[in-house]
Amino acid sequence: MSDHNDLVARTLSGETSSERVEGRLDEGRVAQWVAQAREAIAAAATSEQWRAAKAAHTGEGSPLAQANRTIGELAAAQRKAAGQLIGAARAQVNDLLAKRRELIEAAELTHRLAAEAVDVTLPVGGDPVGALHPITDMIYRMCDVFTAMGWEVVETPEAEAEWLNFDALNFTPDHPARFMTDTLFLDPPGAHRLLRTHTSPGQMRTLLTRDLPVYVVVPGRTYRADEFDATHLPVFNQLEGLAVDVGLGLADLAGTLDHLAKAMFGADVATRLRPHYFPFTEPSAEVDVRCFVCHGASVDDPERPCRTCRSEGWIEWGGCGVVNPRVLASAGIDTDVYSGFAFGMGIDRTVMFADNAADLRDFVEGDVRFARGGVR
Amino acid sequence: MRAPWSWLTTLASLPEGVGVRELARAYTDAGLQVERIESPAEAIDGPVVVGRVLDYVEEPQKNGKVIRWCHVDVGEHNPPGEPGRGIVCGAHNFDVGDYVAVALSGTTLPGGFLIAARKTYGHVSDGMICAEDELGIGSDHAGIIVLPADPPPAVGSDALAPLGMREHIYEIDVTPDSGHCLSLRGLAREAAQITGGTFADPYDAPVPADSGAGYPVRLESDDCPLFVALGVHGVDPHAPVPRWMADRVRAAGMRSISLPVDVANYVMLESGQPLHTYDTTTLRGEIVVRSARNGERLTTLDKQDRALSEDDLLITDDSGPIGLAGVMGGLDTEMTPTTTEILIEAAWFAPARIGRTYRRHKLPSEASRRFERGVDMGVPYAAARRAAELLRDYGGGVIDEAVTVAGAVRPMPSQVIRADLPGAILGLDVPGARVVEILRASGVRVEVVDARLRLTPPTWRRDLVDPYDYVEEVGRKLGFRHIVPKVPLAPAGRGYTTAQRARRTVLTAVAAAGFTEVQTLPFVAGDDLDRLGLDPDDPRRALVRLANPLSDAQPYLRPSLLPGLFGAVNRNTSRSLADLALFECGLVFRDTGAPGEIMPDVSRRPSPDEIATLFANLPAQPRHLAGVVTGEWCAAGWRGPAVPADWTHAVRLAQAAASALGVTLTRRAAAVAPWHPGRCAEVLIVDSAGVETSLGWAGELHPSVTAACGLPERTCAVELDLDALIAAAPAGRTIAPLSSHPAVKQDVALVVGADVPAADVRAALIAGAGDLLESVELFDVFTGVQLGGGKKSLAYALAFRSPERTLTEADATRARDAAVAEAARRCGAVMRS
Repeated sequence: MSDHNDLVARTLSGETSSERVEGRLDEGRVAQWVAQAREAIAAAATSEQWRAAKAAHTGEGSPLAQANRTIGELAAAQRKAAGQLIGAARAQVNDLLAKRRELIEAAELTHRLAAEAVDVTLPVGGDPVGALHPITDMIYRMCDVFTAMGWEVVETPEAEAEWLNFDALNFTPDHPARFMTDTLFLDPPGAHRLLRTHTSPGQMRTLLTRDLPVYVVVPGRTYRADEFDATHLPVFNQLEGLAVDVGLGLADLAGTLDHLAKAMFGADVATRLRPHYFPFTEPSAEVDVRCFVCHGASVDDPERPCRTCRSEGWIEWGGCGVVNPRVLASAGIDTDVYSGFAFGMGIDRTVMFADNAADLRDFVEGDVRFARGGVR
Repeated sequence: MRAPWSWLTTLASLPEGVGVRELARAYTDAGLQVERIESPAEAIDGPVVVGRVLDYVEEPQKNGKVIRWCHVDVGEHNPPGEPGRGIVCGAHNFDVGDYVAVALSGTTLPGGFLIAARKTYGHVSDGMICAEDELGIGSDHAGIIVLPADPPPAVGSDALAPLGMREHIYEIDVTPDSGHCLSLRGLAREAAQITGGTFADPYDAPVPADSGAGYPVRLESDDCPLFVALGVHGVDPHAPVPRWMADRVRAAGMRSISLPVDVANYVMLESGQPLHTYDTTTLRGEIVVRSARNGERLTTLDKQDRALSEDDLLITDDSGPIGLAGVMGGLDTEMTPTTTEILIEAAWFAPARIGRTYRRHKLPSEASRRFERGVDMGVPYAAARRAAELLRDYGGGVIDEAVTVAGAVRPMPSQVIRADLPGAILGLDVPGARVVEILRASGVRVEVVDARLRLTPPTWRRDLVDPYDYVEEVGRKLGFRHIVPKVPLAPAGRGYTTAQRARRTVLTAVAAAGFTEVQTLPFVAGDDLDRLGLDPDDPRRALVRLANPLSDAQPYLRPSLLPGLFGAVNRNTSRSLADLALFECGLVFRDTGAPGEIMPDVSRRPSPDEIATLFANLPAQPRHLAGVVTGEWCAAGWRGPAVPADWTHAVRLAQAAASALGVTLTRRAAAVAPWHPGRCAEVLIVDSAGVETSLGWAGELHPSVTAACGLPERTCAVELDLDALIAAAPAGRTIAPLSSHPAVKQDVALVVGADVPAADVRAALIAGAGDLLESVELFDVFTGVQLGGGKKSLAYALAFRSPERTLTEADATRARDAAVAEAARRCGAVMRS
């Protein structure tokens, strides 16, 4: 509106249209308008001031816009030059505006970001954090190693038939493990049912229900009439393994357990088989792993005894051996053709080795911190 | 088994370079695990040296004691320019010129007893003349140790060596199949074989033919096939035990008592043959070995009067039972401190029977342990003879010319194996000739027949029966460390089963939902179920009882995971851990009726019926998933107040488990113990045919249950049958086509009766809205006076979408109205304007 009034005022002043246009298109005046625009744009410090400067110097009523509108009134010969003059001036102002806008926006963004800063160390809250029990986690870690080798996972009952737990595994009827001081029996005792003392009944269940060859692991809870203290639990966990195929022997057992140890404890962990005795394997062995603490150094260094391995250099991990042919015979397997190996690893012991858990009672007392690595 | 190095090395000659540690390693490699190497001298810090008494003066004291003020020559340890040290001694059992053990000042004796020069009884006593108990080698404090003078020991030299304290004693874990290693003889034989040394058996005397020439003996039981009786007369009851024998007996872990007792123990330790000695004058007539008769009793030498079982094997004479065979002798025929006439018994008893008897009477002993593991049937005569000779040599006894040998040695069972079997099973390249060599060194008689070996074990190797027993023997002697490990190639597997994978998914999801897994012991008391408020006829009362529970207070196996979880809550809260979201996954046990008895023959595969019975004869053992929440689900933080744990969090566990498997749960109000009757949801699966499967319950616990169980008020819990959930999970899934058209959203608030379940309203909306309805979410529940009493307003956000076109508001409104109409019809819902 002000532009309109301006035009009206000038018109009323008596200038002819042609004079007026010529006068307004004077190069000096155009340069002056550009200079005014430059000054106003440079003075704009905020988006608001920038918008005001833009309106004043490129808007409808701005001198350049008004001059632009009058070009048509010029003589044809002058129009081109006038058009170029005004066009260049408008481009110059628009360019100044664009550059200023970039600067202002950058400054404003910087300011906003500074103002919006938060204390990123504040607690972020959220739902409680849960965790799997270390035994559950370890069972999966161990089973994953075996499924990767093509083995399958079998789970069998905890309340088990005495025949499957003992007789079929070549335990004599008088074997001390069957005494009530060692094994928990279900009532009535005459029904020959018990809480499995090892995961080994899984061997016979597998042989009775699967076709050969078999390569299976049986994880789970086992029970003994044992003390409840830092190093003994009446309820603990084992991972049973059983492979029965043509031509298997102790070397296959050694390779399989060595592979498991390296998967669980690291590639530099060594294992050894040490002859032992179990009724259901023959030859039998215990598998030891190199001591995690002294790595065997304490054996020849009496000055630095190792409490972890009692300076033996090795730590007992589990029992194993070649499946006793009497066990295979109880499943009706031709022992002239097939042989196999079996092992029973302590899962609790594996957690103790791998995670440095020190007190077995923590495994079953339900303290919420245990599964979270001891933290609250 | 404790085995002193010095004893082993007098029986076996080991090669150069095989010392205490080398033999220990070789033993362990051969399956005789050395658990410890003990040295008595290690308990003493500082010198204990040989001293010679130069003189002494007896000085009576005011307290009535007479002390001796002695001068003792300790050689290089004498003070400069002095002939000896001045020492006060309270003992009187020595003379001038005797050699004694002197602990010098600065030495610490067992028990932390530091010897220092100190003023006592008017003299400065510079050291101590030691008694046995002070050095920790015996209990004798009657006098100080006088060292043997022939040959004279070097004054000032180490006194612990002549005392046998520089000994190294192996503590060896002898496995049940290695009974022959419960003897020094057996261990020495193994030591020689595995180190390349030599061994000559000092007990290599054959058992003579059956002869009743000595004391009359009759065998009436197959469980005693051989009994040797040998008499010794005129043994001096006061004859001392020679020091070397006492040292060895003690080093092997037994007490030194008297010559006859020590001789019997010494020969048992060395030969492996337990001996029993009778005072011959107390025996009445013929010795008969027979089973006990019903009602018979025996007072054993521990003065216990025992009722006997017909399964007990007895030694008897005309007076009745005089001993529990292989376990303990009778009091009446026991040796006394004045016994001069001794009858030595060396017999063989059936292992299992001795094991049963000593457990029945709770009488484990060195003897019964050996009989149970199986004694060498070839050694009784040699052992009896050796004991008699020691009684002759050290007790002045005269050995009977005539010896009784009742019964005979049973032949050992032969076995035929292929010569290449050990190599094949061990995974080692072992030529047949090497197999033969090893087995012969183990005492096995080997006949080579083509590629087969006919094997007969020696009498001391009762463990060698099956072909694989010989495989193990070869492996032990070669050493398992020579085996080259290889990983067998299993056939292609299928990984985890669907159910196994589902369980892992569920557990991971529940943990991710904020719950921490615990594992608790599965033993419960009857009271635990009372505290849950279970009805007498609740199926969870079908308990499985243990015949021999660890604790009589908890004789049952858990029928529910909740008692264990409640115990875990109590343990945590007692440790100031009050904000808890715990879960457990495990088997629960339910009695399923009267079991049968099934013990198939182990020599063959059980029949299909037998297998079915074996499997069916067990209690039901479903796997449950349960959780408990208490305290704050979310602690108060700077962004907002605390969120108390409530029934919704118990339900969340169930939903996390179900949604992980793609299962949609249905809930309805239920009144079931141990839950609050107004805050308990039964959790179900309803299949497309409308068939319901109940999984369990979730909600807040009954206030009387939280009180009875000591739980925080408003503790909430959930328990589900995880097997049932997994069984109901869809096998696969279908991914529906995704519509690219926009959705139209509409909100609707419905007023219904306060007791109308939101789930019913939701179901009605879904049913009424038709196919265009994409989702329906309840976003507000409102009750207020303006609604009128007994009413509530439920606000739902409905989203509609078509697979084919862009919906208009009008389309959406039509569908919404249809939904509301169905809610009105089913639930009496009225739309709020």
